Formats: sequence, C-alpha cells, structure tokens
Amino acid sequence: MSANYSPSEMMTIAAARALKNDDVCFVGIGAPSAACNLARLTHAQDIVLIYESGTIDTKPNVLPLSIGDGELCETALFTVSVPEMFRYWLQGGRITTGFLGGAQIDKFANLNTTVVGSYEKPKVRLPGGGGAPEIATSCGQIFITMNHSKRAFVEKLDFITSLGHGKGGDDRKKYGVTTAGPTKVITDLCVLEPDPKTKEMMVASLHPGVTREQVIEATGWAIKFFDKIAEMPPPTDKELKVLRELHARTKAAHGEAA
Amino acid sequence: MAVVQKLAEAIEANLHDGDTVAMEGFTHLIPFASGHEIIRQKRKGLTLIRMTPDLIYDQLIGMGAAVKMVFSWGGNPGVGSLHRFRDAYENGWPNKIEIEEHSHAAMANAYDAGAAGLPFAMFKGYRGAELPRVNPNIKEIKCPFTGELLSAVPAVKLDVAFIHAQKADRDGNVLLEGIVGVQKEAVLAAKRSVVTVEEIVDDFGPRSPNAVILPHWTVTSIVKVPGGAHPSYAHGYYTRDNAFYKQWDTIARDRESFSAWIDEHVMRKGPDAFAAFAKRAV
Repeated sequence: MSANYSPSEMMTIAAARALKNDDVCFVGIGAPSAACNLARLTHAQDIVLIYESGTIDTKPNVLPLSIGDGELCETALFTVSVPEMFRYWLQGGRITTGFLGGAQIDKFANLNTTVVGSYEKPKVRLPGGGGAPEIATSCGQIFITMNHSKRAFVEKLDFITSLGHGKGGDDRKKYGVTTAGPTKVITDLCVLEPDPKTKEMMVASLHPGVTREQVIEATGWAIKFFDKIAEMPPPTDKELKVLRELHARTKAAHGEAA
Repeated sequence: MAVVQKLAEAIEANLHDGDTVAMEGFTHLIPFASGHEIIRQKRKGLTLIRMTPDLIYDQLIGMGAAVKMVFSWGGNPGVGSLHRFRDAYENGWPNKIEIEEHSHAAMANAYDAGAAGLPFAMFKGYRGAELPRVNPNIKEIKCPFTGELLSAVPAVKLDVAFIHAQKADRDGNVLLEGIVGVQKEAVLAAKRSVVTVEEIVDDFGPRSPNAVILPHWTVTSIVKVPGGAHPSYAHGYYTRDNAFYKQWDTIARDRESFSAWIDEHVMRKGPDAFAAFAKRAV
C-alpha cells in the first residue's frame, strides 16, 4: 500500500477529511477547490460550497481553473452578484469554514499572497489578496493548505495579506475579530493546529512515512510538536479513485496547453 | 438613451485619454473586444479599475495605455502572474504604472457605493491586514451607534464602464445572465457606458422577473460583437477558453512574443475576428 500515492494527493485527501457534511465552505482555487470537491464526492455529500464569484451551493463535475468558470454557475443552486456575496454571505457571517492558501505563512498562520520583498520595491509581485483579508476574519474558522517548504513557512512574512492569529494569544480580538481563525494548516507533510493558549501552529499529525526531522527541515521557524502526535491514515482506495477521476475529468475539460 | 453603434465609433465617442474606466466581468463576460479596440485607438493615460485585472488589462498595460491600476487580485487565474503588468510595475516597460490595491470586499463595496451615489463604502474589512499601511485610500470609520470600527474606501466613480452582455433588445435594454459580478454596479457608477453584446433581439422573451437588466436609459452605447468576451466566456453561448489562458502565460512572458501577438491578433484585426469564437452552447 505504501507510496502508491503522492504527497500532494495525501495533502488534498487530509484537507478533504477535515471538512464536515454540515459545513458551509468558502472555497479558493487550486488545492482548496480539489479538497472541498473531494469531500463533497466522498464523506460530505451535503457540504455547501461557495465560490467568491457568487455561486452558492455549487456541485462542479470538473475543477474550475478560475474562480468564475461557467461550470460553477451551471451547477449552483443559485448565483448572486459579487457585492451581495461579500456583504450578505461572507460579512453576514453565513460561512462556517473558509479555505485559503498562500505564498508565505508564519507560525501564527498569518498569510502573504501580496509580495516577496518590500511592498514598494518587490522582488516578486504576487497577485494580491483577492477575497482573503475578509475571508480570514469573517468565516467561522479557516483551513489553510500549502506545500511545506522553508521558502513558504517563514519566520517573518514579507507582507501580512490576511490575519491568522496575529502575534498569538487572543490578538485577533484586538482587531475586533471574534471568529476562530486558522484551526488547521494541512501540508504535504503534516497537519498543524494552534496551541490552545499561544495560538502558535504546532504539528498535530504526520502523514504516513513522514518523520519529525523532515518537518523541522522544511519549516523556517523552530516548529513545535504536540505531546501526542497522531499519524494520518493513508488514503483509502476510494479517496484516491475519486480524486484521480476528478483530476482526469478536469484535465480533459480544460485541454492541455501547448 | 442607448445608441447602437460600431465598436470603433463607440470607443471614439466615449473614451478619452486620461479617463478613469472599468472593464468588468468576474471571469465571465469580460469585454475583450472593447479592450482590443482601445488598444487599436492607442488611448493613453488611463486609470484602469477592475477587481481581477486578468489578461485584458495585461494587454492594455503592455501596450502602454495605462498609468494606474486599481485592483484586488492581479493574476492569470489558476495559471500565474500577469507578466506585462509585472514588467510595467517592476521595470517600467513600456511605462511606469502606479497601483492602488484593495481586497475584493473593498472593491465590491466601492462599486456598490458608486452605483448608490455614496461618497464612500464601509464594511468590516482589512482587520489585522497590512494593506491599510500602504494604501492611503483605506481609512477607518466609527459606527455612530455602536462605536464599532469599520473600514472605509472611496466609492468607484467612472468616466466609462465597459461590459459585455448576452443580449440587448431593439430599445437598447441589456440582459446579463450567469455570474454577473459587479457589472451592473460598474455601469451605474459611470458617466458613460459601452456594452458589447452577443446578439440584439426583438424581445428578451421568457425570463425571471428578477433578471439582471440594465435599462436603455442607463446605457450610452451598444455594440453587437458576437464572441466579444473571448477568451473569457458568455453563459449560454460559449465556454471559457482555458487553454488560451494557459497559453497566455508563454505569450506574455517576453516583450517580443507579446508585441508579435498583439500585432497579429489586435492591430491587424477588427471586432469581426471575435465572431470565430461566438458559438452558441449546445
């Protein structure tokens, strides 16, 4: 059974498992979208998926390349304007779980998707925050999925695009934010969860075959581990089959670029 | 009162150098045909507002049409960077470009405020985020009833809004369906608007009483350009050309291949070229 799946498949499957059947989920493009749809096609068939383009309770048959693909609208229960999406549904507090990714993350799960280097003279100008600044504070809780590397898991962010646990502890409250913030960071190596008091993200479980040293090596800060570390069960045959079929349908639908 | 025009006439009449404009469409119904005509007419000094700048602004910026971009997410969705925007912003090619960066919630609220005739928008935003440090147009305002601190941003006020829609009727009313983004708000926040459409019909026929319609007395100019949203899509007509969005990454990566592409597909073509993409969905 070992090594018949990739670390990235394990990441998506671990993220999907974190979602529940009664979640109302604000979905980002890429890894979050794959995880949310895998959850919907396996254990969480009633999960409500919402994309910021305005599509509510959508059931895409293939993964969207962009946040507003026609597939999302055609399979949605209904579609609202973008101002309504951000005002009534997100700001109004109707979303239980928001799913984010980023270029950089720190130990309190603050995220950077804006610039590498300084804002005024960036080394790399990234696309920017999009919906993230308000998703991060308005959803009941936040899940984050990112590939685990020293370049991404950094001691200090170049720019704080969206709030995680701020400087730790109850820092979110200082900004008038009452939602839980990041409760899980799911990587291709492990799952991090916040320390209940300090809110520093610590390793709660390791994916099968992954060592503590690997995680330490791939993290830019001195990462801590919970006393009891669970091992993530490997992907089931069904999870792998559904995920691979989803990716195959998506590939066929988007056409392969030259 | 909307007039039906040729695209070249509509751009000529409504868009001037130095204008503040939005070409909206949230992935869907992006007015590419208008963008190409603006490039052909060599407009300069534009302030380009758009939540998700995407390829249309990459093309305009690469051709030197813009001096400023106001945006909340500037990438090629699912693919990567906007290389022409980055080259302008990071290296000043073909000219330097200023940016004003917001979040989606801020811009959606700002369009809404523009349509509603308000001077600014307020919302629960940017809490603990760093954009307010670098964007002086993000301020705080206190609720006069509860004392809660909220974010405020200026309303979007446009000289011209450009959108693409499925249909106009003979009277110049415009019907949009599917992901409708902020297009209604953009048109209502603008002094003038140019709407390209897939088709002009005698009557919209059966529709929901809640359909998104811009009445003819809110629209300045209507132009029939079938396929005019390609490579984005028109719900009920044609699908998004995702393969082209991926190819754009290679085309736009260097200045020569970008210029060659523009020359072949924009400068040497007219709006009729979009008709090749105007398939009705089956």
